[in-house]
Amino acid sequence: MKARTMARRVIFGMAVLSLVAYLVFPFGWALVSSFKTNAELFSTPARFWPEHPTLEHYRHVLANADFLHAVLNSVLVASSVTLVSLAIGALAAFALGRYRFRGRSVVLYVVLSMTLFPQIAVLGALFQLVNALGLYNRLPALTLTYLVFTLPFTIWVLTGFLEAVPAEIEEAAYMDGASPLQLFTKIMLPLAAPGMVTTGLLSFIAAWNELLFALSFMQTPDKRTVTYAILSFSATTSSAFEVPWGQMMAASVLVTMPLVLLALVFQRRIIAGLTAGAVKG
Amino acid sequence: MSTTASGAEKQGEVTGIRARRRARVAWAFLSPALVVTAFVALYPLCDTLYLSLTNTRLGSEEPPRFVGLSNYAELVHDGFFLDALLLTVFFAVITVMLELALGLGIALLLDARFKGRSAVRAAMLVPWAIPTAVSTQMWKWMYNDVYGVFNDVLVNRLGLVSEPIAFTADPRTSLAAAVLVDVWKTTPFVALLLLAGLQLIPRELYEAARVDGATRLQAFTQITLPLLRPALLVALVFRTLDALRVFDVFYVMFGSRPDMQTLATYAHEILVSISDVGYGSAVSTAIFLVIAVFIVIYVALFRRREA
Repeated sequence: MKARTMARRVIFGMAVLSLVAYLVFPFGWALVSSFKTNAELFSTPARFWPEHPTLEHYRHVLANADFLHAVLNSVLVASSVTLVSLAIGALAAFALGRYRFRGRSVVLYVVLSMTLFPQIAVLGALFQLVNALGLYNRLPALTLTYLVFTLPFTIWVLTGFLEAVPAEIEEAAYMDGASPLQLFTKIMLPLAAPGMVTTGLLSFIAAWNELLFALSFMQTPDKRTVTYAILSFSATTSSAFEVPWGQMMAASVLVTMPLVLLALVFQRRIIAGLTAGAVKG
Repeated sequence: MSTTASGAEKQGEVTGIRARRRARVAWAFLSPALVVTAFVALYPLCDTLYLSLTNTRLGSEEPPRFVGLSNYAELVHDGFFLDALLLTVFFAVITVMLELALGLGIALLLDARFKGRSAVRAAMLVPWAIPTAVSTQMWKWMYNDVYGVFNDVLVNRLGLVSEPIAFTADPRTSLAAAVLVDVWKTTPFVALLLLAGLQLIPRELYEAARVDGATRLQAFTQITLPLLRPALLVALVFRTLDALRVFDVFYVMFGSRPDMQTLATYAHEILVSISDVGYGSAVSTAIFLVIAVFIVIYVALFRRREA
C-alpha cells in the first residue's frame, strides 16, 4: 500500500515536472541562446549551457535604432489603447452594470459577439478607413484599430465587476444627493479598480502582441511595433548562416521579459480575468 | 377613493419618468463606446461586405465599379483560396482537438492540491504572455535544420534519425511544426479555463460517488465530464474561432510560401500586398462565413444534447 502511494507520488511529480519543462523550455532555450557566442550557437553538437557567456547580442540589439524605435512605438500604442479602452469601457460598463433599460441585452450581445470577432474580416475596410483619415504609417492608426479587440473585452469584464456592487451603496449615494456622474467617479470607479487593473493588463498584453494590423498599417522601420520588428531580423536573408539568431533571441527576450514579469506578478488577476471573460459567456 | 387612484397614477407616472430619465443617462454613458464600436467594427464590417461586391483597387486610377457577386464566383475557382480554406480548417480541427485533450489533462493534474501548485499555474502564463510572432521565432530557432536543438537531440544524442530534418521547410513536417507552436501557446488558456470549471464542481459529489462504490473512471465520466461541459464548450468555441483566423504563426514561419497559406494570410496578401481590396474583401467575408458555419454547427450540437 505504501509502495503504491509512493509510486503514485513519483509519477505525479514527474508529470508536473515535465509539464513545467514543456511550458518554459522554448523561452528558456531562447534565454540561454541569447548569451552564447556565435561560435557556440553555430556548433554541432549543440552546447546546452553557454561556456563563455556574452552580452554581445544584447549590445548589438540595443544599438539598433530601429529596434529601440519599435519598443518605444509598442509602449506608446499599447498604453494609449489601454487607457482609451479603460476610459470608454468603464463608462459603458457603468451603464450596462447599473442600469436596466430597453436595448441593454442587445448591446451586451453585440459586445460579446465582438469579443469573438475575426479582425481579418474588417481588414480591408479598416485599411481604407486608415488611408482616408490620413493615418497610414502613423501610430494613431493602431491605437484606433486595436480598440476592435480591447474595448469589447474591457466592457464585458468591467460590467461583471460593476454588476456585483450591492444596490445599497448606490442608493446611499443617491440619498446623499450624488449625481450619476458623481456616483460613477467617486464610488463605482474605485470599486472597479481591481477589475480595471486586470482588464488593463490584458489589453496591454493583447496590443503588445498584435501583428496583423501593425503589418498592414505601418510601413517604415521607424513606425514598426516589436512584433513587426522581430520579423525583420530574418526577413532580409534566408540562409541559416546569415540569420543573426543570437541577436534575434536577445531581442525576443527583451520584448518578452516585461510581459512575462507582468504575468507572473499579476498571475491571480490575469487568470481571474481570462477565465471570467469566458466562463460567464 | 378617487384620490388614492389618482395618487397611484401619479406615482406610476413619476416612476415612468424616472425610468425614462435613467435610460437616457445610461445611453449617455454608453455613447462613447457605441460611437467607437460603430466606427471601428460595425461600419468596417458593412463596408467590407460592400467592397467585396466591387472591383476596388487601392491606388487605381479608374473609379471602383459594382460587380455583383463576381468576386465570389472567382473565389470558388481560386485554387489558392481553396487550398488555404482546406489547410485552415484542417489546422483548426487538429489544434483544437489537441488543445482540449492536453488542456483537460493539465487541468486535472492541477486540480489536485500539491506544494508548488501556484508556481506551476504561474508557469502556465509564460507561453500565453509571449507574443505569437516572437514565440514562433523562438520555435524556428529550435527547429533549425543545422543548429536547432530538436535536430541536435534527435541526431546527435538519441540517434533516432540519421539526417537532420528541415522541420519548417519540409512539406511533410511544416504543418506539424506550426501545430506544435500553436498548441504550446494556447493550451495554457484552455487548461486555465477548464481548471476554473473543475473548481466549480462540489467535492461532495465525488465523496458520495466513492461511498456508492464508483471507480475513479466512473466518477470522471459520470460527474466530471458532464459538469465540465459548459467550460469545455466555451473553450471549444473560443479556440475554434481563434484557430480559423490564424495568422501570426503561419506568416512568421512560412512567409509567402504558396502551400502554407491560411485564409487570413491569403486575405492579407491580397489586400495589402496586391492592394486588390475588392477581391480581398470577398476573402475576408468568406472567413466570416466559415466561422459562422462553425458557430451554427456548435449551436446545433449543443441544443440537441441539451434537449
